[in-house]
Amino acid sequence: MGLEIENVSKSYGSNLVLDAVDLDVQPGEFVALLGPSGSGKTTLLRIIAGLQFAEGGRLVMEGEDITGLEARLRRFGMVFQSYALFEHMSVADNTAFGLKMRPRGSRPSRSGIGERVKTLLDMAEIGHLAERYPSQLSGGQRQRVALARALAIEPRLLLLDEPFSALDTKIRKGLRSALRDLQRKVGISAILVTHDQEEAFEIADRIAVMSEGRIEQFGTAEELLRTPASPFVAEFLEGMANYENQGAGI
Amino acid sequence: MSTSISHASRQRSSARRVIPGFGLTLGVTLLFVCLIILLPLSALFFQLGQLGFADYWRIISSDRTLAAFRVTISAALMATVFNACFGLLLAWVIVRYKFPGKRLLDALIDLPFALPTAVAGIALVALYDRNGWMGMLLAEMNIKVAYTWWGIAIAMTFTSVPFGVRTVQPVMESLKLDIEEAAQTLGARDIQVFRHIIFPQLWPSFIMGASLAFARSLGEFGAVIFIAGNMPYKTEIASLLIMIRLDEYDFPAASAIAGTLLLLALVVLVLANIATGRAGRHLSREAKGWQLQPCILRCAP
Repeated sequence: MGLEIENVSKSYGSNLVLDAVDLDVQPGEFVALLGPSGSGKTTLLRIIAGLQFAEGGRLVMEGEDITGLEARLRRFGMVFQSYALFEHMSVADNTAFGLKMRPRGSRPSRSGIGERVKTLLDMAEIGHLAERYPSQLSGGQRQRVALARALAIEPRLLLLDEPFSALDTKIRKGLRSALRDLQRKVGISAILVTHDQEEAFEIADRIAVMSEGRIEQFGTAEELLRTPASPFVAEFLEGMANYENQGAGI
Repeated sequence: MSTSISHASRQRSSARRVIPGFGLTLGVTLLFVCLIILLPLSALFFQLGQLGFADYWRIISSDRTLAAFRVTISAALMATVFNACFGLLLAWVIVRYKFPGKRLLDALIDLPFALPTAVAGIALVALYDRNGWMGMLLAEMNIKVAYTWWGIAIAMTFTSVPFGVRTVQPVMESLKLDIEEAAQTLGARDIQVFRHIIFPQLWPSFIMGASLAFARSLGEFGAVIFIAGNMPYKTEIASLLIMIRLDEYDFPAASAIAGTLLLLALVVLVLANIATGRAGRHLSREAKGWQLQPCILRCAP
């Protein structure tokens, strides 16, 4: 009953970027879209977010057809590679933005918003930075703000577009586990776009390996390694066999 | 060994400025600022200095001068408000949409700067005079523009159009779309995205453009005098009054009015600079880049 993507296609001019893609995300599940650049994974994520629209196919969220629904009405939290923070607002105001934009009827009270922001910032371990501005934060801290901001609207789905690729390895690892913990705690499904095999393997319940606008294989890390569906998958995940072995050894 | 050398050279270079040529460029810059801006202005203030405060006050507070200031400032405010809003709209259309003739429209915006202002004034008169196209149309509706306060405001608007557009346009071009997309996914409607996300980022350049348009309008002469009617107490602008006083060889009076006009324009520009500095204090270095814009000050002749 989570998100179902049926037969979604998209092309830029004569260039087919998504070719009849099917995907389903279970409630509470963490799915990674893994593939080399140009494989269409970001386009797929943006179509799910409602920032772009597919030419064919359907998106169904919890039984509701959302194919043509505007982004603002989908209630999907999105985290961007470039953070996309509001530079002229403090961390607290950034986080509160989604709640403040709600129509008066469904908007929490001022103190309600304040409490929710505090809880979220504490969960993201940046409670002490609430009054700072984005320009005064490090990359890792900024991405935590973006995460808290996306979670503030109580999203039905969390979308992450290469959220760690601008960060250095050490911070990336810390943030990865923080993200996974946060997602479990909140209990929502999440879709992560990444080109980093290790990241996908570490964080996701199931991984969709993409290439040239198609999903080559969709399954758990173990399934992908044991029974690769195509030579591309086998080749793309070549280095990861060692990773799995190391994991088994621990 | 090698590390000690690199360490020493790093120390030496850190004592020097990172960007070379500081002394030469600053020297040349200051020379030109002195010759082109400060020298004429100091002549004005020297003339003004000959005047006692009582005399200055008598000239400034005379009915005719006050009337001229009232006309000039109110018409300049009108032109500024119009150009700030219209400039925002025009910049928006040019930056955000693709349409045939876009490049032409973009080029047209600079026309008021390229055209001699007197030519603009004469063209406006030909248009708004009782026998002109617009004049005839408006006359039927009992509206008179030429030789009234409205004519002054229109002439001022015409000559300061580029400020409203050209200050906002580059900032609008540099806005990152993913920030607006983030706002959308957080549930903001289009109007909320503009009000809470886009406009706050444009605000410093918006204020700067408005204040430049105002300063320019205060001192506008060529375009205005043809359409103003130039009736003392009614449609006489301050820069024309300066001209009249000069014709009468009343240099102290001319310099008193000119100095006041200049001071007013300066105060507005300084306030605008402070306001934009405050608005931009949280922005990152890259986002602040636009503030290195030229500050064009055109005032009383």
